[in-house]
Amino acid sequence: MTTELFIQYCFAGLTYGSIYAIVAIGFNIIYNTTGIINFAQGEFVMLGGMISISLLPFMPMPLAIASAVVLTMVIGALIEIVFIRWLKDPSVLRMIIITIGISILTREAASHVWGENIRALPYFIGNEITAISILGARISPQVLVVIGVCGLMVATLGVFFKTTSVGRQMRACSANRTAAVLCGINTRNMVTFSFILSAGIGALAGCIMSPITYSQYDIGTGLAIKGFTVAIIGGLGNAGSAVIAGLLLGLIEAFSVSVVPLAFQDAIAIAILLIILFVRPHGLFGSSEAAGLKEF
Amino acid sequence: MKRFMSKAVLATMAASLMLAPAAMAGTIKVGAILAVTGGASFLGGPEARTLEMLVEELNAKGGINGDKIELILKDSAASPEKAISFAKQLIEEEQVLAIIGPSTSGEAMKIKNISEQGKTPLLSCAAAEVIVNPVASYVFKTPQSDSLAAKKIFMEMNRMGISKIAVLTGNTGFGNAGKGQLLKIAPEFGIEVVESEVYDKKATDLSAVVAKIRANKDVQAVINWSIVPAQAIVVKNMRQAGWDVPLFQSHGFGNIKYVEAAGVAAEGIIFPAGRLLIADSLPADHPQAALLNSYVSEYESRYKETASTFGGHAYDAFTILVKAIETAGNDRVKVRAAVENLQGFAGTGGVFNFSATDHNGLDIDAFQMMTVKDGKFVAYSGQ
Repeated sequence: MTTELFIQYCFAGLTYGSIYAIVAIGFNIIYNTTGIINFAQGEFVMLGGMISISLLPFMPMPLAIASAVVLTMVIGALIEIVFIRWLKDPSVLRMIIITIGISILTREAASHVWGENIRALPYFIGNEITAISILGARISPQVLVVIGVCGLMVATLGVFFKTTSVGRQMRACSANRTAAVLCGINTRNMVTFSFILSAGIGALAGCIMSPITYSQYDIGTGLAIKGFTVAIIGGLGNAGSAVIAGLLLGLIEAFSVSVVPLAFQDAIAIAILLIILFVRPHGLFGSSEAAGLKEF
Repeated sequence: MKRFMSKAVLATMAASLMLAPAAMAGTIKVGAILAVTGGASFLGGPEARTLEMLVEELNAKGGINGDKIELILKDSAASPEKAISFAKQLIEEEQVLAIIGPSTSGEAMKIKNISEQGKTPLLSCAAAEVIVNPVASYVFKTPQSDSLAAKKIFMEMNRMGISKIAVLTGNTGFGNAGKGQLLKIAPEFGIEVVESEVYDKKATDLSAVVAKIRANKDVQAVINWSIVPAQAIVVKNMRQAGWDVPLFQSHGFGNIKYVEAAGVAAEGIIFPAGRLLIADSLPADHPQAALLNSYVSEYESRYKETASTFGGHAYDAFTILVKAIETAGNDRVKVRAAVENLQGFAGTGGVFNFSATDHNGLDIDAFQMMTVKDGKFVAYSGQ
């Protein structure tokens, strides 16, 4: 393999990987406060892309993206308040089925609002064929935007959870909900907040990836499956390991193309998911003792 | 009061039941099974809207020989199971004269036998070769065949002196059928397929596979044969990589949305398609010019969306059926024979010449090579 081809595969892998990682982080944030997997996470990504595209004719792009992120956060909050908040001590299974329902509902609503056509935001820098040369490989600047913004998002989240009061309260919730309640933390608000947060980062990811991948009403499901795979590989609930697992899966997928036909790309991701679930159900970077204490 | 209400409802229902047959006199029932919703709605949507528009216009003009058309439209959502049950319902319960559709080849193959056994003409809007080959006496199709598109592409490659190519296809029925035809026909034109890859219809980035086939220095041109939006991603990734070999696409690219999605990367793509896409630049004496222009302008002014070749397949199916009914009347057997004997009938897909052995009726001239220039489809005239 030439260096040029190697770099080309690397960047392709990093692009997929960053997107998967962001979806997986969304899964993790909600998992940490509620103990459930929110299968509507992919729909937040779709909503972010679609709303920003609809707003674009009326305002400059940065404002359209910011508004789309805010609107999706409002939708995230509404979903939590309407469907989850009023449940008294719901079982994990029931909550998961609710999120699957929400995902189908959102998708169908989107297909009525936006139709079946594909749409896309314009490229942030240059156009469809602009490329910069890195060691002989040609990379679209949008790829660098995606990798950069994803990195920035992860760093900001890290600071948020470490230093802010709300961030600490959310971490307390995930460590031990009962103890958090005893400390005077309103855990219900934290759950709402976790939906808002994961809707926001999902929507931002949906906007920045839109020029590369396009946006369509049904892109959410595929992303949710990949994000779920990554969250499991990294170990549920651990944002940092989701990033590593995401990039790892992205790179494996990209390099797999050089060995097996492209058609097997998804099979590889699912095979890894199954192996992890059998061999290390707590994930590559998770601790088996901590996982043993959790309900799901 | 409650009891009175229910009696009133019953009486109304009874009255309407008695009235129903009277209202039916002088109408001809035509069934349609189309994928109006679901994954193939980009096909079924324009097809259904076209039929509704045509039926309304025809009835407003007084119908066929005084008989009005009653369209019974069923949405299969591209599910073969639904298509089967709708086909049985239309043939046995509604006793329609003929069925237009379905939109996808998978559905068409499932109901081919049902329409044959029910002796009800089926005018398919789906493209696969196998729908009319082998010929079933009651089954016809209006879209051009894949093999003709493949031949048209290879003829152009021969002219350009290209002999080694890569083939990329989407993993749908359309992509798989196309791949089969391309691999089968390529040797007849002395062309060798040196790389072949299939991509997922939900693919989000294909730069890795583009890098892989580019690494094979033998590849002189690429055929990207697909009907799903992901085909535009291939186009972008190829041009981003700075790879400027000739790029050929299939007639599945004939949707201006895909050109918009690929942006400047779409410039210079070469593909075969029906002349509907370039209706406004056809010479006025071309047999298809008048009907294409009137269809495109009526459809676009009514529905405020760009007309596609897919809606055109339904237009052809309906106008062929109307032509047959004009001579044969409301009779399944006679209508079938009338369609089979139709000669020189200009539609959106080309000029149809049906026969007992050819239930598609189109030849290679139905396709025109096109290219993309300044974000628009234009006729291709070589480079």
